[in-house]
Amino acid sequence: GINAEYGEIPENAPTSCPGPTSNNAGKLDGCAGCPNQKLCSSGEFKSDNSPAVVKEHLIGVKNKILVLSGKGGVGKSTVTAEIARGLAMQDFSVGVLDVDVCGPSLSRIMGVNGEAVHKSSSGWSPVYTLDDIAVMSIDFLLSSEEDAVIWRGAKKNGMIKEFLCSVDWGDLDYLIIDTPPGTSDEHLAIVSLFKQSKVTGAVLVTTPQEVALSDVRKELNFCRKLKIPVIGLVENMSTYTCSKCQTKSQIFPATSGGGAALAASENIPMICSLPLDPLVGRSGDNGLSVLNEAPDSGISNEYRTLVDHVVKFCQP
Amino acid sequence: TTEVFAGIASVKQILGVLSGKGGVGKSTTVAVIAFNLASRGFSVGVLDADLCGPSLSKMIGLKGNIHSCDQGWVPLSQPVGAGIISAVSLSYLVENQDQAVIWRGPKKTAMIKQFLQDVCWGELDFLLIDTPPGTTDEHMAVMECIPNCSVILTTSPQAVAAADVLRQVSFCKTTGANIVGIVETLSGFVCPNCSDCSLLFNQGGGKRLADHCKLEFLGSVPIDPNLAKHLDSGTLLENKDTCVSYLSYCEIVTKVLDILGVNCEPMQAEDGG
Repeated sequence: GINAEYGEIPENAPTSCPGPTSNNAGKLDGCAGCPNQKLCSSGEFKSDNSPAVVKEHLIGVKNKILVLSGKGGVGKSTVTAEIARGLAMQDFSVGVLDVDVCGPSLSRIMGVNGEAVHKSSSGWSPVYTLDDIAVMSIDFLLSSEEDAVIWRGAKKNGMIKEFLCSVDWGDLDYLIIDTPPGTSDEHLAIVSLFKQSKVTGAVLVTTPQEVALSDVRKELNFCRKLKIPVIGLVENMSTYTCSKCQTKSQIFPATSGGGAALAASENIPMICSLPLDPLVGRSGDNGLSVLNEAPDSGISNEYRTLVDHVVKFCQP
Repeated sequence: TTEVFAGIASVKQILGVLSGKGGVGKSTTVAVIAFNLASRGFSVGVLDADLCGPSLSKMIGLKGNIHSCDQGWVPLSQPVGAGIISAVSLSYLVENQDQAVIWRGPKKTAMIKQFLQDVCWGELDFLLIDTPPGTTDEHMAVMECIPNCSVILTTSPQAVAAADVLRQVSFCKTTGANIVGIVETLSGFVCPNCSDCSLLFNQGGGKRLADHCKLEFLGSVPIDPNLAKHLDSGTLLENKDTCVSYLSYCEIVTKVLDILGVNCEPMQAEDGG
């Protein structure tokens, strides 16, 4: 195929070829008969200026944080929500964006499930929570909670671009982006769209099992390949302390040393270890925060450690 | 009419395990059901269609590289009880297991189709397909290749999980998949010391979802650290009887076989098996 990234002239092009990324691509007289003409004239190879548009639009957003995993169900959305709330409690202005278009959990966890967005001349307005956190998710755009989002990669990418370019985020200290598991179209879209505006850093979430760590190693590999700064690792669902007899149980045994071993071997900060607390599941389902429901609990202490770590990392 | 993919032409029953939600036991369910079916004497294939996070190969304890012969790729296989398990996963095709698979949709779609077309699955009683979370190109590829695929959906008891699975039900209905029923995993934890049962991931989501969608509720599986440990190390085969959740899965398999109209004992069962 044509390597159009640098506007190189294809081998099979006529001598008068203006280059596939030119505004005249496929349109000059000399282009007639060239096998690439149809694609060139459709603008297929024209440089995509989305990163510049994103940079322009998010100029008021100081820090952009990704919450990643690789593994599903380890608590990315939960951690995203609590980081956002923790930051808001420190009087920062915060927005959260859910780019998991297939499984948009964030709006329920943030307590704004079923809300609607409005469109104005400055774009879509995000939904604001009671503690003034701006939230955007595809959830607000679907007419029914039963609708499946059966989109191929390109359409998902288009949606993510809309979220970044057409939402009126305003001035934010932090924009935290919840992602789906894996390393695929959505992740590539985010990195590509942020090419000029730069991701401040990524928080990686895992559970203690090797099955999870294995996926997180891949995610770390992805971050390194695409030069995303790593803020650190959060181990979630670490230990359960029985409410009756206080016996500690490892629900997801750390057969290979858990998050701590992974962080050490990969030379990244081990930020905190969040215990498995039934309050989390209940709170998440009801759109409440453990930081509010149980501010003195062990898990809230760990979340505050996480938030402080993020703030410190982001300080210029 | 849809062409029947060569690789799966002699497979009697294909069963996909889907969810929509991540981390609610799809791979676990495929692995344990595969072991259970094989123990009953069935020949079982497992295909890991989760290309980014192929957990299944680790769980069933089969390691190695896949080779091709004249007819196509040969799955890794291992006798299990009176039956046999054969497996295909992207992890059997890559050298570096820590390498991220950063593929866009079309490449993933092509890989899934190859897994169904170019693998010599041979004569199997069952082919179980593990899927990634979401409704992705991988799911669409499976549904395109296997119209009217039978499907089990897994969820945890939380509303947050059930909400994603509700969307997956719509996806299945749109693609014509035959939903066998819903399995609720992570269904409570019994403290090994005082036997107090704690609802670590809330409760009720699976049954509510089944009722709402008028689907069969196949059963619930408790949280079982022992199972998690053996799946991590690939040692489930030798230790399945020590796992409290294995019994729950046995009951679920019996129910599934009943619904699918499959004889609980395979035709090729060995004598005295």
